[in-house]
Amino acid sequence: MQGSYRVETVRYLTADVLELRLSGDTSAITAPGQFINIKLNGFFLRRPISVCDWNDGEITVIYKVVGRGTAALAEAEPGDELDVLCGLGNGFDVSKCGDRTLVIGGGAGVPPMYGLAKALLRTGKTPVAILGFNKKEEIFYENEFRSLGVETIITTVDGSYGVRGFVTGAMPDSYDYFCACGPLPMLKAVCGAAASSGLLSFEERMGCGFGACMGCSCKTKYGNKRICKDGPVLEKEEIIW
Amino acid sequence: MVDMSVMLSGVRLDNPVIPASGTFGYGMEFAELYDINCLGTFSFKGTTRDPRFGNPTPRIAETASGMLNAVGLQNPGVEAVIARELPRLREIFHKPVMANVSGFSIDDYAHTCAVLDREEQVGWLEVNISCPNVHGGGMAFGSSPEAAAEVTRAVKAVTTKPVYMKLSPNVTDIAAVARACEEAGADGVSLINTLLAMRIDLKTKKPLLANGTGGLSGPAVLPVAVRMVYQVYEAVRIPIIGMGGVSSAEDVIEMMLAGAAAVEVGAANLADPFVCRDIIADLPRVMEKYGINSLTEIIGGAHHG
Repeated sequence: MQGSYRVETVRYLTADVLELRLSGDTSAITAPGQFINIKLNGFFLRRPISVCDWNDGEITVIYKVVGRGTAALAEAEPGDELDVLCGLGNGFDVSKCGDRTLVIGGGAGVPPMYGLAKALLRTGKTPVAILGFNKKEEIFYENEFRSLGVETIITTVDGSYGVRGFVTGAMPDSYDYFCACGPLPMLKAVCGAAASSGLLSFEERMGCGFGACMGCSCKTKYGNKRICKDGPVLEKEEIIW
Repeated sequence: MVDMSVMLSGVRLDNPVIPASGTFGYGMEFAELYDINCLGTFSFKGTTRDPRFGNPTPRIAETASGMLNAVGLQNPGVEAVIARELPRLREIFHKPVMANVSGFSIDDYAHTCAVLDREEQVGWLEVNISCPNVHGGGMAFGSSPEAAAEVTRAVKAVTTKPVYMKLSPNVTDIAAVARACEEAGADGVSLINTLLAMRIDLKTKKPLLANGTGGLSGPAVLPVAVRMVYQVYEAVRIPIIGMGGVSSAEDVIEMMLAGAAAVEVGAANLADPFVCRDIIADLPRVMEKYGINSLTEIIGGAHHG
């Protein structure tokens, strides 16, 4: 699961969100919602970034530049080799999802929902994507979701595109499961609004990313869990808000 | 053929490399990645009398050449360790393991050590009197020679296993604490635990860690650790397990020249889970490069006379 991955393409999707395509061994990835942990020159800890999409030999990740580490990653160029731990974490279990599953992403939480939507389609289920952003300029991957043939609803907080407001305002009446990834207030609101069971992907500052250091622990109704190893995807029913 | 083996209180280690407590869990996560039987041994996650969740998150922050942690001794408690972790460990690790113990009172330390004393696979007790991230215990016991000696005596009274006292660098005179442990009967000392530290988030203008302070580890602390191991080597005759920022075979040798009989590797495991395996594989090359035939022979080699 550790290996060298070659940067194939780097693409700015918005002013501060980048899509990075890497080639290398993807056999460790078993579910959407897992993440990779990237070593960067000059930084002690790796940077965990969720997998957006993968196939045999290629991984797509999308990340937002939020600090010095992600800014350094943004300097990567095609041909560069990155030291990556691949296939980390417990992703979305599509077997738990219903025939009509809401796939809800907020901002930097949108990327893993793309791989999830594809996985749902592969198993004959129908995802409905609700992608929330602050404003029109921050939207990415709308076309990619639509190109999958997925019903895709875009929300913007300021109403500059799509449905005005938060993702919760765009949740339809009819669905039998939901999966969500995004900021904590969004996850909490989605859980409160959802009539069905669901899975949520959480974020936390991590040390190792593979379950050793107890840096990212949280309490759940099913006991203490490590976001990096037992998560990042947890069940709605186990979460203690 | 170079000789990497070292002795630790009568037990021969195939090599001096020991993953440090708190960076290696109870071994399972790493056993998924490589055969951990290549290790000298490892020091398991700091274990207390009762289960502990630890501190609120964020518990981790990055620094230049290192990191802060304020995990706060999260562990399932000694009974669960014996019931769940050690049986699983026996299946995958066929060497004596080092049991790392923490406490909040003298009685806590004695109780937990007495329980672990009955475990056959426990080869050594490493008694942490230096955790900077808990309140009402931990580092308080390692902050004075008298308190350190009191814990040492209490633990020695309940176990026949070798006892290594894990010392805090957050003291004026670590050699004095080490001497007090030796006089109280300690079989060895482990040093250093993390350095008490803090980082502040410019966006929130608050400490990055929820606990406020945390412990600094990683390559940044190696020179501090080497200096302290060197000083303690001059102060005591019992073996020293050296640690602090070790992340290469060269660092292992440097630590042994300062006086370490064995060497723990901590934070480096978190940045590179294969680092201990790779250090062990690299040691023969580095030993040959520096004309070292036997690691045992270089312990304390940097000292005069």
